[in-house]
Amino acid sequence: MPKRAIQILWWLTFVACLMPVAWLGLRAYHGQLGADPVQAITHFTGDWTLRLLLACLSITPIRRLTPRLSWLIRFRKMLGNFAFFYASLHVLTWVVLFSGLDWHAMGADILKRRFITVGMLAWLMLSALAATSSAWAIRKLGGKRWQALHRLVYLAAIAGVLHYWWLVKPGVRTPLTDTAVLTLLLMARIVWELAHRRPRQSAGSGARPTAAAV
Amino acid sequence: MKRTVTIRRAQASYSRGLIVLIRKPSNIASSEITTQSNYLNRRKFMIGAGALGAAVGAERLSHFVAPQAVMADTKLTTVKSSLSTTGEALTSLKDITTYNNFYEFGTDKSDPSQNASTLQITPWSITVEGLVKKPQTFDMDRLLKLHAQEERVFRHRCVEGWSMVIPWDGYALSEFIKQCEPLASAKFVQFLSLADKKQMPLLDRVGLDWPYSEGLRMDEAMNPLATLCFGLYGETLPKQDGAPVRLVVPWKYGFKSGKSIVKVRFVADMPKTTWTEIAPNEYGFYSNVNPNVDHPRWSQKTERRIGEPIWKQRRQTLMFNGYGDKVASLYSGMDLKKYY
Repeated sequence: MPKRAIQILWWLTFVACLMPVAWLGLRAYHGQLGADPVQAITHFTGDWTLRLLLACLSITPIRRLTPRLSWLIRFRKMLGNFAFFYASLHVLTWVVLFSGLDWHAMGADILKRRFITVGMLAWLMLSALAATSSAWAIRKLGGKRWQALHRLVYLAAIAGVLHYWWLVKPGVRTPLTDTAVLTLLLMARIVWELAHRRPRQSAGSGARPTAAAV
Repeated sequence: MKRTVTIRRAQASYSRGLIVLIRKPSNIASSEITTQSNYLNRRKFMIGAGALGAAVGAERLSHFVAPQAVMADTKLTTVKSSLSTTGEALTSLKDITTYNNFYEFGTDKSDPSQNASTLQITPWSITVEGLVKKPQTFDMDRLLKLHAQEERVFRHRCVEGWSMVIPWDGYALSEFIKQCEPLASAKFVQFLSLADKKQMPLLDRVGLDWPYSEGLRMDEAMNPLATLCFGLYGETLPKQDGAPVRLVVPWKYGFKSGKSIVKVRFVADMPKTTWTEIAPNEYGFYSNVNPNVDHPRWSQKTERRIGEPIWKQRRQTLMFNGYGDKVASLYSGMDLKKYY
């Protein structure tokens, strides 16, 4: 893949990631968010958070399966940060539109409602990852520590899907697709680890074993 | 080809002339056309989504496509009820017909308005069984004429935390129950909704036990506010709102008001009801609107009034949804925190 083509594709992906929020804004402007705009915005931003997070998590398995696509690594950070972007819109919708800035009620909700607790945790994890997503942060933290921190993305994704299951009524199976995809992506990693298990010393030596493996 | 079939079906649904119903000039029920326009909307949308390169999300995004109101085409002649709530703005017909919980047609709020057109409402009847003098079947003609139809404006509070104000058309459930002649041993009455895979292809996608079952204690059912409902906004019920006959129990959370009722059963013991069976800690048998008893996953202190501007749609939830003067006596001496 020529460098120029990758650059163009990067920008196309960047614009594509902004399309959902642009579409949402347009719908809101025209008053076309349906009978319950707050719920519509909440679900929409939540759905896109999970989608982008899963897209981000799919990069490494795709690269391992198809080394020719190893340039995809350049897209991972962007997808992760966009997941954080939509997660933040999601939280903001809850804070401003749903709770009407009633901090007391929100505090009680975070403590009492497990789906909100776990959702908030997921967002805090994504915040930490977004805040340390720059090359400067990697240098500052050191590759090893940075990577350990960024393993939180698995926990964040699991928390996100759990949040979804805990909020829907029993009997509702809409979180099934996201759950299946996440399971597949996590399984791919476990299978890879088992197949490529190496002695302790060498396994921990590379700063970015994902890149080293390709 | 598809269109001819649609029209023929629409005409068939008119073949049974009902005395209290006045027919509008249009030949094709608007309910029959909706599918097609939705189809077109969806297509338009899919093209846009393709540009996003987000094929995964496309189907889900279509939830935003506002479907047209599926209104039956027949007017009901009604008199105004003195029980009606006054002084509150009515929720728009569009919101009432596009924001529905009717899981037989899908779990998303916009699903019923898009999918309920497959519901066959003619012929329709309610079978009455159990502890009655004589089991019998009421056809729609008899049900509609059983008592004068009243316009009853009630607040409608969903257990999910939103509310509407809806001008229902119907009459007191007690009028119907009197005709059923229940025995003295009947302490509860159970309402069963239609469950037909042919008309409801999504039925198996939801992990609930069908048919949908709801119930009331006998004295609750006889309360004048409990309504057997046939229409809203002066026309027969849209399919997504529970056509052709449903229950409206305004002091309880919306799910207590079963839609598309096909069977009424008088029983001695508290009947098994759908939501209470699947999650007894979240949905009790009584499920009276009560701001002091939280749902385990959210507070019930406030609600969002659908259709109002989002910055001021949140309002206090009222005990018994504001109908305490008429129903509180039903529960005197009962611990409503225990019997939620």
